Amino acid sequence: MKAAPAKAVGKVDRSRLPEPVRGVEHGFPVIEKSRLANGLRVWTIEHPAVPVVTAILLMRRGAASDPLGKEGLAALTVDMLDEGSGSRSAIDMHEALARIGAQFDSDIGSDAAALTVTTLTRFTDRALTLMADLAARPNLADTDFVRVRQLRLHRLAQMRDMPGAVADRTFVKLLYGDHPYGHTPIGDERALASVTVDDVRAFHGAELTPAVSTLIVAGDCDHGEVLRVASEQFESWTPGPAADPSASGAIPHPARLNIIPRPGAPQSELRIGHVAAPRDTPDYHALVAANMVLGGQFVSRINLNLREGKGLTYGARTNFDFRRAPGPFALQASVHTAGTAVAVREAIDEIAAIRGPRPISSEELALGVAALTRGYARNFETADQIARAAMQIALYDLPDDYFARFVPELEAITPAAATAAAARHLNPERLITLAVGDLDAIAPTLASLDLGEPVIIPADTF
Amino acid sequence: MNISVSPHTLANGLDVLLHEDHACPIVAVNLWYHVGSKNERPGHTGFAHLFEHLMFEGSQHHDRGYFQPLQGAGAALNGSTNADRTNYWEVVPTNALELALWMESDRMGFLLPALTDAKFNNQRDVVLNERRQNYENRPYGLAPMAMLAALFPADHPYHWTTIGEVADLEAARLDEVHAFFRRYYHPANASLTLAGDIDPDEALALARAYFEDIPAGPRVDAVRADAALDREVRLRLEDRVELPRLYVSWLTPAMFAADDAELDLAADLLANGKTSRLYRRLVFEERIATDVSASQNSREMAGFLQVAATAAPGHALGELERAIVEEIERLAAEGPTDAEIERGRVQAEAQFVFRLQTVGGFGGKSDQLNAYNVFLRNPQYFDADLARYTNATAAAVQRVSARHLAHARRVALSVVPRGRTDLALADSIPAVVQ
Repeated sequence: MKAAPAKAVGKVDRSRLPEPVRGVEHGFPVIEKSRLANGLRVWTIEHPAVPVVTAILLMRRGAASDPLGKEGLAALTVDMLDEGSGSRSAIDMHEALARIGAQFDSDIGSDAAALTVTTLTRFTDRALTLMADLAARPNLADTDFVRVRQLRLHRLAQMRDMPGAVADRTFVKLLYGDHPYGHTPIGDERALASVTVDDVRAFHGAELTPAVSTLIVAGDCDHGEVLRVASEQFESWTPGPAADPSASGAIPHPARLNIIPRPGAPQSELRIGHVAAPRDTPDYHALVAANMVLGGQFVSRINLNLREGKGLTYGARTNFDFRRAPGPFALQASVHTAGTAVAVREAIDEIAAIRGPRPISSEELALGVAALTRGYARNFETADQIARAAMQIALYDLPDDYFARFVPELEAITPAAATAAAARHLNPERLITLAVGDLDAIAPTLASLDLGEPVIIPADTF
Repeated sequence: MNISVSPHTLANGLDVLLHEDHACPIVAVNLWYHVGSKNERPGHTGFAHLFEHLMFEGSQHHDRGYFQPLQGAGAALNGSTNADRTNYWEVVPTNALELALWMESDRMGFLLPALTDAKFNNQRDVVLNERRQNYENRPYGLAPMAMLAALFPADHPYHWTTIGEVADLEAARLDEVHAFFRRYYHPANASLTLAGDIDPDEALALARAYFEDIPAGPRVDAVRADAALDREVRLRLEDRVELPRLYVSWLTPAMFAADDAELDLAADLLANGKTSRLYRRLVFEERIATDVSASQNSREMAGFLQVAATAAPGHALGELERAIVEEIERLAAEGPTDAEIERGRVQAEAQFVFRLQTVGGFGGKSDQLNAYNVFLRNPQYFDADLARYTNATAAAVQRVSARHLAHARRVALSVVPRGRTDLALADSIPAVVQ
């Protein structure tokens, strides 16, 4: 690829901004796909720029699969996978990862869990073998279980002091109640205390199986070679059922205004939102575009209002969390205590306005779409980025050309269509507001917002 | 393995570094100003960072938000301030390089005519929000302030954090912004890297066109200050936390100085990851801590190595301190094992190669080239930097541990739940945080 030709180099014209000429094209590389006899999908994407590979093992089981009363089981099980395999202890496993310079992570959300290893190309075989040790042959020993669960309980205790974590955990409970999305993956202290090592073993055996998993390797790699190693290392992984669980359940109707007291807090941690749309909504692209205008970027309406206009916050953002079942739409911000009620009122007004009273203008839409599309290529620079993109395809059954089609799909959205999608999926009457802050300082003004009497939720409720 | 670079210096003193990488149709524009909170004075702290915010509020020929035109062209962009430098970056699609250079050069050459009291007051409020969010309202968030204030004397520019003191931010005036800009924000105190899908000749011509007419400002002399601890300092801070945490820090050599890399390796083998000595002992075996970490925080003038560990319920910070000190003394007496050295070598190589994957952003190739250029005057330092780690011997790691860590001239900071000063190290005195 060659740089665009330089123009007007001799004399700089500062009376207007240079207009980028259109036409930086970028396609997503080909995904090569195979499947092992036990159902494990093996995908590779070649991206040989640097001698690095990222391997992700995606398992389509997450915190939504936690049994009622055992919230936190899925995350605890995934956390136990690196605690030893065969004759190797937990320390031995990490020693082996360290000796190949690996960056290792495990993540879990509501719909899925993923193990990620990034390493140098020359260690690819060893990385895949370790990945199989973790996923297919973990020891899940009782002594390790006791320690890991204890660390998670300590973590939960520490989270009581973190206003963002308190807000996140309480907000999903308010929005979803006992629905499978009604808890964050770490669960809660009471449920975790009731989990046993047998629960962990059973969850691993029944839920974390090759039939629901995809091994994705991106970077400086070769499909045949990855498939050969994966076949050897993962073939002993016991098959299981392939059907995805249905995340369904009644959605509660909580009070519209909720406060968790944090005496003396200098800022209020805010969450405002409601249950919105699933990943497979036909409005997906229109909502992505509408959210850019509303609160999805620095120059969005809400951030410009609350931060640049009123100086109430370091930053405010909105997001549609698209999941297999309808996920939450939420605004999040940490705002100055004295400006809490103003921030809530302004945020709700902005959400209401974008549905029609102040529809999305063509300029706003053009900016939001351009921000997502014109620099699209930079989302696929590293092995890790490419593997994560492929993971989205595997998790939500998207077509292989999904990323190639993203830009034209987004560019086809009209201002009217974006506004209409916002109107369909955002409902100001249903917005639930949660503030973690200094009750005495914020309750009187919040109560004047016409959101009903605030419900006070003790800090240690969940 | 290296980052190929062609370095140039314009007539006004601006360094321009060019690096070609055509793997992805994007260009990283990365601009460093050699100014940070170390250039502030007591009573005026937080100014360099507040100033960084003002750089996004428009300049003379584009007196509107900095984000709109760049995001409209598909750019990602950001900036950051630390003690030693301020950086600004855009990652643009290949066709928007000229736009990014227009924008960066306009705020380097023409910021002040667009600056108003209203913008200044608004961004001061934003920064005060940032401070409350990230320091005051965050568990353990005030610990860095207490630690730096104890490690470095009151007139040393590392005595305060980059976010600054509330009273200083509230007292800041617009005319100080003008003086600060004239002194530090000019071509002779800056380094511009263009990395990615560029034609070097065209990119250099564009850089010249947009930046060469901006006049050089006064020479910025290096800040010099000394720090030394002659005894142990024991401090305590009461905070809204559930579990007490201990921070122990020693003053250490500066970034890229002798012993810096070996101390980095020592920190890793002490407390980075589950295989590290302190994790194994404190969290895995004795279970008296819930987490432990260590880092060599090296800066331009000096560094400090810090170990931090959070006590498990029912355990006092004194137990953690004893174990930390014992492991450091053992490292100083016996040195690392061959396996630990080999592991450190591979990890260093991997971390360096991972960073080669991205041209822009914080820590990408363009940011690294500027770091080498600004701090070492040597943008071609990548290989030599990696060699500092791959050539480190067990004997050297043992020697630096003995010299810099195996003594009590350190700061031990206990952060304990409010009202539970009994959990702090014995004989700790209250820390003062501004």
